[in-house]
Amino acid sequence: MTTPGRKALLTVLVVLISAWVLFPIILIALASFTTRTQLYAWPRSLVPSPFSAETMRFFVQAQDVLQSLLNSLLVAAMTIVLAVLIGAPAGYALSRFRFGGKEVFRLGILGTKMFPATILAVPLAVSFINWNLYDTLLGVALVHTTLALPFAVVITTSVFVGVPFELEEAAMTLGCSRAQAFRKVAMPIALPGLAAAAIFTFVLSWNEVFAATILTLRNRTLPALVMNAVGLAGAPIDYRFAGGFFMIIPALIIIFVIRRYLLTLWGVTVR
Amino acid sequence: MADIQLERVRKMFGKVLAVADVSLHIKEGEFMVLLGPSGCGKTTLLRCLAGLERVDGGQVIIGGDDVTDHPPGKRGIGMVFQSYAVFPHMTVFDNIAFGLQMQRVSSAEIQRRVGEGAELLQIQQLLARYPAQLSGGQRQRVAVARAIVMRPRVLLMDEPLSNLDALLRLQMRGELKRLHHEVRSTTVYVTHDQVEALSLGDRIAVMKDGTIVQLDIPDRVYDLPATRFVGSFIGSPPMNFLEGTIRSSNGARALETAGVRLEFHGVPARGRDAVLIGIRPEHIAVERVAVAGGIPAGAIPAAVVVVEPIGPQKLLTVQVGPSTLKVTTPVDFAVDQGQRVWLRFDPSRIRLMDPQTGDAIAS
Repeated sequence: MTTPGRKALLTVLVVLISAWVLFPIILIALASFTTRTQLYAWPRSLVPSPFSAETMRFFVQAQDVLQSLLNSLLVAAMTIVLAVLIGAPAGYALSRFRFGGKEVFRLGILGTKMFPATILAVPLAVSFINWNLYDTLLGVALVHTTLALPFAVVITTSVFVGVPFELEEAAMTLGCSRAQAFRKVAMPIALPGLAAAAIFTFVLSWNEVFAATILTLRNRTLPALVMNAVGLAGAPIDYRFAGGFFMIIPALIIIFVIRRYLLTLWGVTVR
Repeated sequence: MADIQLERVRKMFGKVLAVADVSLHIKEGEFMVLLGPSGCGKTTLLRCLAGLERVDGGQVIIGGDDVTDHPPGKRGIGMVFQSYAVFPHMTVFDNIAFGLQMQRVSSAEIQRRVGEGAELLQIQQLLARYPAQLSGGQRQRVAVARAIVMRPRVLLMDEPLSNLDALLRLQMRGELKRLHHEVRSTTVYVTHDQVEALSLGDRIAVMKDGTIVQLDIPDRVYDLPATRFVGSFIGSPPMNFLEGTIRSSNGARALETAGVRLEFHGVPARGRDAVLIGIRPEHIAVERVAVAGGIPAGAIPAAVVVVEPIGPQKLLTVQVGPSTLKVTTPVDFAVDQGQRVWLRFDPSRIRLMDPQTGDAIAS
């Protein structure tokens, strides 16, 4: 195919895919800033007039929303700490050492993603009740950690592959112990990549709704609360739009922030 | 500064013997080059010396201290890596100061010694930069400065020039030689480049398959290779080898090749008949015989296969019987492909080898 033809095709594809993703987001965003009366009006203009924060305010002030927002943040924080603490050493080991069963281990990590969480729901709930983890934030964080770990391991592996071991060896010849070499050299260089892994984990935990719904009753995270409000309590349409938009924001901001790191990550992996 | 004593050092990788019981004494202030093709164990031996590899047998003794079980940081070594291994997240100053900071040297002293090291490597104006802003040659200087400011008892270099382009390599080689004369630290230098080895080393240890096959000063390694391998690894083009026979007639033993009796005085008094004749390209004189039928005595007939002008000389590839030889001639030596020439070996430069083992035969 000629270059201009190829370019045109590429442009069309990019526009189509972007539209596919952006269209709902834009609709939700517009609706979130439309007054409730206008939302129910028919016919209704697409662009809000007047532009109003009333709907958003209604959502934020709705029962339990602020508390579950706090819960979501706490769960995400715990998940990040756990996933990075467990995932980063695994990633480091995979990038640095040759050991028996390494490839099996690597595949096994991804294999856990093939397990449908639905199957685990009932046994997990029962176990959590037995362990007094049911309806606790820690319980949710543990499940989120399990979900996030494969990504954390895969991302940190490629991060540490990108940090040549010779740098740590050089530090060791300059008087560092193995641990010091890691802390003073490998760690600072890997930090942006580890931050990307952390942010990725945040997004995953922030958006996760299934486990959070099943394993909590009163201590809902935000997605679980909204899900419950919409599904069972039949929340009004303005609550839905505002809730949806509210939950999209962090993901959007974060994607913009880590875009650069994700690209360098992929660059490293491709190498 | 210290001497190094390696005692039967052994290193295995799984079932592969990378370093096979190597013993080596490196004198205080000496520049020792470990030379060999890739996979010969030279880098592994250096890493055993540095403590980056744990030995599977033997001892590493630096300055009289048995450091076999010491971690790299406790051996009093400084190391320069092939990839430079300059820390990308630190400025040049912090890179050079890193080891001193680990030793908790006072900041005034760090300032002074980093300044000294930077001056020695001529990178004073780069101290505030980050490695990403430096060229390969400048990074190499930072890596060397970082090792030197530690005032190591032993300086280890693992192919430090192989990532530089040719011109820069030549320049850095001279710099390293100057540096060694100024600092005079015991240095172990790993390379696969025989020119580097010949130009830098006080002594050269030629390695193959995890063992040292020859340990000697550069001149002798070049002129008197201990094995066929050493002769063919060192020199560009390498030493020529062709089959020879020792024949007895009238009680005297003489060396023959391609049916020509060679003038050679080092024929061993007894033993084998078949030998391998080793001779370097520059020790073969090439003659054209203008007069038809006039065969020069003691000269070997050869056919020119390839003529390559290589600047200061011409490099000829010639065929003698079944053997292909490389010889050099002056640039103005007029010769064409396919032409017949006569070769005359410098008798004092002929090196006989055992055709089976490849070992040199003492003459």
